[in-house]
Amino acid sequence: MIAIVDYGAGNLTSVRLALEHLRMQACITSDPNAIRSAERVVFPGVGAIGSAMKNLSKLGLCETIRDVAAAGTPFLGICLGTQIILDRSEEDGSVAGLGIIPGAVRRFRPVFPADKVPQMGWNAIVPQKKHPVFDGIPDSTAFYFVHSYYPMPMCSDDVLAVTDYAGTTFGSVIGRDNVVATQFHPERSGEAGLKLLLNFCRWDGGNKPGVAR
Amino acid sequence: MSVVRVIPCLDMKDGRVVKGVHFVDLKDAADPVQAARAYSAGGADEIAFLDITATVENRRTMFDVLKNVADAVSVPLTVGGGIKSCSDIESALKSGASHVSISSAAFRDSAMVKQAVGEFGASTIVIAIDADANDACPSSREVFIDGGRTATGKDAVEFAKEMAGLGVGQILPTSKATDGTKAGFDLHLTRAIADATGLPVIASGGAGTLNHFLEAVTEGHAQAVLGASVFHFGILTIGQVKEHLGKHGIEVVAKRGGSGINES
Repeated sequence: MIAIVDYGAGNLTSVRLALEHLRMQACITSDPNAIRSAERVVFPGVGAIGSAMKNLSKLGLCETIRDVAAAGTPFLGICLGTQIILDRSEEDGSVAGLGIIPGAVRRFRPVFPADKVPQMGWNAIVPQKKHPVFDGIPDSTAFYFVHSYYPMPMCSDDVLAVTDYAGTTFGSVIGRDNVVATQFHPERSGEAGLKLLLNFCRWDGGNKPGVAR
Repeated sequence: MSVVRVIPCLDMKDGRVVKGVHFVDLKDAADPVQAARAYSAGGADEIAFLDITATVENRRTMFDVLKNVADAVSVPLTVGGGIKSCSDIESALKSGASHVSISSAAFRDSAMVKQAVGEFGASTIVIAIDADANDACPSSREVFIDGGRTATGKDAVEFAKEMAGLGVGQILPTSKATDGTKAGFDLHLTRAIADATGLPVIASGGAGTLNHFLEAVTEGHAQAVLGASVFHFGILTIGQVKEHLGKHGIEVVAKRGGSGINES
């Protein structure tokens, strides 16, 4: 069973639908026990980080998320879920994240007015490392992004793929060990997004490329 | 410069597409799932659903339809028409929408917009502004609500700026004068809103030729272009629009090689 973590941060339906279509059993849950016992965990999120962190605390999920990430459970962060696993975000006047991956979340500060914030639409990702979630996905494939803030891991080793936007190159896929996290929405990114989700569902949490279930 | 999105819009009534989709062979052109599949396979970056009747019963039908569509394709879906409250937005999202567009209710109830941005995130909320020429307004464009039936006297650009101030993610201005005419977008309206708000703007209303789409980006400063009848009636395909934009140096995502879930 895949646990999709529900902490009141936006739209989980698309994620569930995409996983169900890959014939994966998934449930939307905010029950710490269900999350701890899940075979893998998806941590999505849309919205502002301040209220998201408040909700996580209120639901008693901060430790749960840190624990499953530390326990080796294959873990996928999406969008706001990706930003939350870093140390700190500039959003909402600086908010502490879960600190699962060292680094910060910064706001796009475009020089040219044509570079709109939020970034809303398709953009290419360029993998920096081999990783099982990229299996069968060509370099420079476009995924669907919706965000004003971007992840900046402290260690370049934690940057799995980069994307250019508004004069900035940022980590569009970050991760270490059993944790992988995308700034884009794989569940709304057409066939490539589904492929990435399928790769995640088959990944044992190790970092050897091509590892099957 | 962002990658420009090309968005077909399906006008819906009683859970059916009102206009057929003619650019591909469909068994049932009025079936929204088939239409969405066809557009998705044709390279749509996003699909918009507009409930043109927008009664309470129809909204429920619309959400059921949305579920089926979200099941069938995995590109982002924007839904609008009759959205009046945060619980409407929640129902739309639970049915698989990625973005929800609010029109008259945003004009009448800015507190609801603010609450929606906080609850669902800026990027989820699109403000649809129907506008028409009125020289008494500073931008010479006036906001119309209730599906274009009610004049408000409010300046369209001023209203867009107020909505941007509430933190919404996108603006979708539609020109009442050009909508459905295929005579081109209202570039003045599109550009004025894009420049004044700094937000991504979806140009809508009036697309008829490849150059209309190009102008919407180069002169209208739009980040996305929306077409309804021009695609429904098979006058242009999404692929042709993308090719044309690309030829003129606008970045687009070339066809993704099928994006239907069932095709993977």
